[in-house]
Amino acid sequence: MFVGLAVSPFVTATASEGEEGKVDPKEIIFEHLSDRYGWEVPFCHSQSIPLPIIVRDYTGSWHLFSSERLMHGAEYDGFRIATEGPNAKHIVSMRPAADGSMEEYAPLDLSVTKNVAGLFISALVVVLLCLKARRWYSKNGFKAPRKLTGIVEVIVEFIYFGVIRSILGPKARRFAPYLLTVFFFILIMNLLGLIVIFPGGANLTGNVAVTLVLALFTFGFTNLLGTKHYWKDIFWPDVPIWLKCPIPIMQTIEVFGIFTKPAALTVRLFANMMGGHMIVITLTLLIFIFAAFGAVFTGVSVVVSVAFSLFMLLLDVLVSFIQAYVFTMLSTIFIALAQEGGHEEHEEAVAETAK
Amino acid sequence: MELFTPSFGLIFWMFVVVVLLLLLLGKFAWPVIVSTIEQRADLIDKGVEYAENAKSQLDNAKAEAAAYISEAQKQQAEILREADRIKTQIIEEAREAASKEAKKVIDAAQVSIEQSRKEAELQFRNEVSAFSLKVAEKILRGSLESDKAQHDLVNKLIDEVEVKN
Repeated sequence: MFVGLAVSPFVTATASEGEEGKVDPKEIIFEHLSDRYGWEVPFCHSQSIPLPIIVRDYTGSWHLFSSERLMHGAEYDGFRIATEGPNAKHIVSMRPAADGSMEEYAPLDLSVTKNVAGLFISALVVVLLCLKARRWYSKNGFKAPRKLTGIVEVIVEFIYFGVIRSILGPKARRFAPYLLTVFFFILIMNLLGLIVIFPGGANLTGNVAVTLVLALFTFGFTNLLGTKHYWKDIFWPDVPIWLKCPIPIMQTIEVFGIFTKPAALTVRLFANMMGGHMIVITLTLLIFIFAAFGAVFTGVSVVVSVAFSLFMLLLDVLVSFIQAYVFTMLSTIFIALAQEGGHEEHEEAVAETAK
Repeated sequence: MELFTPSFGLIFWMFVVVVLLLLLLGKFAWPVIVSTIEQRADLIDKGVEYAENAKSQLDNAKAEAAAYISEAQKQQAEILREADRIKTQIIEEAREAASKEAKKVIDAAQVSIEQSRKEAELQFRNEVSAFSLKVAEKILRGSLESDKAQHDLVNKLIDEVEVKN
């Protein structure tokens, strides 16, 4: 079913490009993976759900208008969507350059794009899910919840007991809100990204900006709340003296490690999710590439592509969960590493957990 | 838009959304959910522990009851045996006391018989002596009717006294 819906935009896409008789797979793949102004609707390539555009021009004044006004190369209030150049597909405007002529520039763009709208929807879903669960608990106490709230509870138990508490021990309560929020947010973003039509279809976790911000939060929680012992281990680790003085070899490695951890988080989630989307789109595009070789190839490739796309989408459902889990688990481990005290403190913590 | 270079707008909104989510859920949702789930887990753990304890206590109680019963039976047998022993003892004692008493009575009777026999003997002796005295008097009176006889007797008696002295 997903695949059927996924196919539809391409059908119209090829129809519109039918004059040239060529399909540009790269263009289509990146168009579908990347952000855009407005949210496309199925079976209609020329129309899209308008979203608000918020830009600040070079004079410092803010402009708010509908993305509908910029569709199909239209210009509004001096703003338009660039079709080529370094700012291609971004909003650009003109401003007077130093030599008196007009030059193109990219204004500060805080538009609610498709991805931003997808973020809002995902966040709203997470909030509704969690507040629903919370309402159940404050109303029914220890009674086991059913249906959707039951699923939320199973996941919370899985993450909280399986990951957070087993890794962080007595400090679990302090970091649980962040880690649980991150898990649910990533999971919902991943799953919504797999649904092809509105309100899904925004390739959020396959966008490096989204994963970067998430990794930065983990980075912040790790380093801003890190213990003295953690910082001592970075700047004066327990290694032979020639490893840290006079040439700070260990320090360099450790400081480098601080930054590679969030980088790894960013890239892992981003690449996994984007890869999944890309494979599904590519498999679907095979139909149109093979269509050039005649009816038999088209028929065979339709069957094969749909089967493989379906398989990949189902796999992506699994990957959605796994990647959310991995992100949460790694965040927990990074935070736990920064929470480790000296040996005495560690023993205390163990004793406390044992209680 | 590019896939690999993050756009500022998305980063900005993502940041805002995550901060709002953290504040909202961190304040209203997670503390309640997590503490409820934790407390429930503790409750279930305690419940299991309680049930296990109860089961072992029940088993213990059964064993204890059995022990009590066998103990009671043992005690019962002992009491019965003791009662039996006491019974025989009492009977024995009673018999002994009775025989003692009987002996005493018999002894007393023998003493009184002896006494009365002695008394009777004494009385009989007295009577016999009185009777023999009367007979002797009568005989004496008969033999001493003549003066000569009386005279002889007095002499004889004086002789006897003299011989004795």
